Amino acid sequence: MYRYDDFDQRFVDERVAQYRDQVRRRLAGQLSEDEFRPLRLMNGLYLQLHAYMLRIAIPYGMLSSAKLRKLAQIARRYDRGYGHFTTRQNLQLHWIKLEDTPDILAELAGVEMHAIQTSGNSFRNTTTDPFAGAAAEEIEDPRPYAELIRQWSTLHPEFSFLPRKFKIAISASAEDRAAVKMHDLGLYLRRNDKGEIGFEVLVGGGLGRTPLLAQTIKPFLPRRDLFAYLEAVLRVYNRYGRRDNLYKSRIKILVQSLGAAKFAEEVEAEWRASAQEAPSLPDNYVDEIATAFAVPAHDQSPVDEAAIQRAIARDPAFARWMKHNIAPHKIPAYSIVTISLKAVGGTPGDCSADQMELVASLADELSFGEIRVTYEQNLVLAHVRRDRLYALWQRLDQAGLGASNIGLASDIICCPGMDYCGLATARSIPIAQRLAQHLAAREDEIGRFDIKISGCINACGHHHLGHIGILGVDKNGEEVYQITLGGDAGEKASIGAIIGPAVKNAEVTEAVDRLVVVYLEQRQDGERFPDTYRRIGAAPFKAALYAPR
Amino acid sequence: MQLVTGNRLWDGVVIYFTASGTWSPAIDDALLVEDDAADALLAKAQQGPSPLPVIGAALVEAEREEERVYPVTLRERIRAVGPTTGPMTGRRATELVKRS
Repeated sequence: MYRYDDFDQRFVDERVAQYRDQVRRRLAGQLSEDEFRPLRLMNGLYLQLHAYMLRIAIPYGMLSSAKLRKLAQIARRYDRGYGHFTTRQNLQLHWIKLEDTPDILAELAGVEMHAIQTSGNSFRNTTTDPFAGAAAEEIEDPRPYAELIRQWSTLHPEFSFLPRKFKIAISASAEDRAAVKMHDLGLYLRRNDKGEIGFEVLVGGGLGRTPLLAQTIKPFLPRRDLFAYLEAVLRVYNRYGRRDNLYKSRIKILVQSLGAAKFAEEVEAEWRASAQEAPSLPDNYVDEIATAFAVPAHDQSPVDEAAIQRAIARDPAFARWMKHNIAPHKIPAYSIVTISLKAVGGTPGDCSADQMELVASLADELSFGEIRVTYEQNLVLAHVRRDRLYALWQRLDQAGLGASNIGLASDIICCPGMDYCGLATARSIPIAQRLAQHLAAREDEIGRFDIKISGCINACGHHHLGHIGILGVDKNGEEVYQITLGGDAGEKASIGAIIGPAVKNAEVTEAVDRLVVVYLEQRQDGERFPDTYRRIGAAPFKAALYAPR
Repeated sequence: MQLVTGNRLWDGVVIYFTASGTWSPAIDDALLVEDDAADALLAKAQQGPSPLPVIGAALVEAEREEERVYPVTLRERIRAVGPTTGPMTGRRATELVKRS
């Protein structure tokens, strides 16, 4: 894992000292709320329904065991003993006191963490594949590039006042586990005919009020030109992006209005014009960063697969976990383990301090002391010897972390909604809980199934990308829920379409049930929900959903 | 009827402006006024030396039934008593019962 150098550490330490003084002046009445608000937001501190909320950055979702333990300690000491992992691979604490925040940030700095750029019109956390460095089909580990982007984008002087926030994702595998196409800027690692590493560059994706998928503007960008080209993209956005209208300020609107081809021309022109002074990315610098992500040598001695099969035969619950939560590792003796934070009936993405400490210990024992956070609000241990899987599952299960539902109907992405969030227009967590409880018994039969729920149009719950997406809105003081069908988040990304009039809170579970019934009746071999939806269209689903009750 | 609510500066806790000119975390302590007196109440709540104990002071609709105050909107009801689900369900209601 990347470790701070002296520059990084001095920077976050100085920021803590600055912020401590800002809080002191605010509490002494020397700063007004109007003056203080942008300062606290620059350090990730929001004010939500019940208290302040601190959003802590987890760069590209990577945690060491020491960092996760520190998050647990902070959750226990300064909050209510739990945290909420987000779709940006960060952690939110929802019960924070302003007067504690300087000490919290100092504790974070002690483990090379901070909450900078988790708010505001800045570069947000660059996200990547949670299986990075372990996936069998990976072109190259994308995390060194994510780290380089973090370094380049942190307080970049030219781009510190963007028209709006800016999100980047990078993936290096055939299977897109980072939802790259929903980002302002997406990068797929590619290898050209000469075997050279480069990037396919996409721009203009995003959800919210105007959901759009990113479009390719550069099929192959040589690796050395990564930052020169990114700067050209940002310059074009900075120059032409709409600052006059909040709802039209994201780069997706600019790309949509210019057209991807014209936008690409503008970027190419800027890239050429600034070629002389543009930063280059030398191979040796990438190699140097990459060494930080190397893990100790894997134990490649043979695994007793027969023993694993006996455990599977003996314990159906373990068998189910092996089926759904385990992915192939590039080394046959290892597996990638996804720890579900979607216990049926629980809050998606929530994790108690005790659970965080357990996962940190398990990471130390079994996975080189590292943990990844997924944008689907789960955790990953990426390097687990297969002969340790049964013991691992038993310990997770005892701690309430044994849910065997990755990719299934109860593995729901869900924002905090109106139970916590000041922007939300409806609740989302209770909807997710009811749906999970209702569908859990049938989820093996249903198979891969993505339900995503947002409590407002800002779409933190990625509802546009759900096979079934659910958006809570306020209609004359009543919570109602718009349902979209056919969304897809991966390499086949698509935006779901609204099926019809919204349904009431109490009707959501039955509505989804009716849609599932149509899917199960109509699907053909191997079809996922969006495949069936594209083949048969909306009409059968609509007829079932709105049939008289 | 309307009341004035906001969040307490130092810890963000939801608070309500009371008849005695102070702020209370208990919604039942809130001063309710008729709609035509609401703007004046909000102005009064925002007076005082810096820093004010409250941030984001705003009017919300509410009703009093006997000694209890009930906000009109679901959002404000959730602010008043805590989340409707999860580990902190009804947090504020529980805390306020403990205080009384």
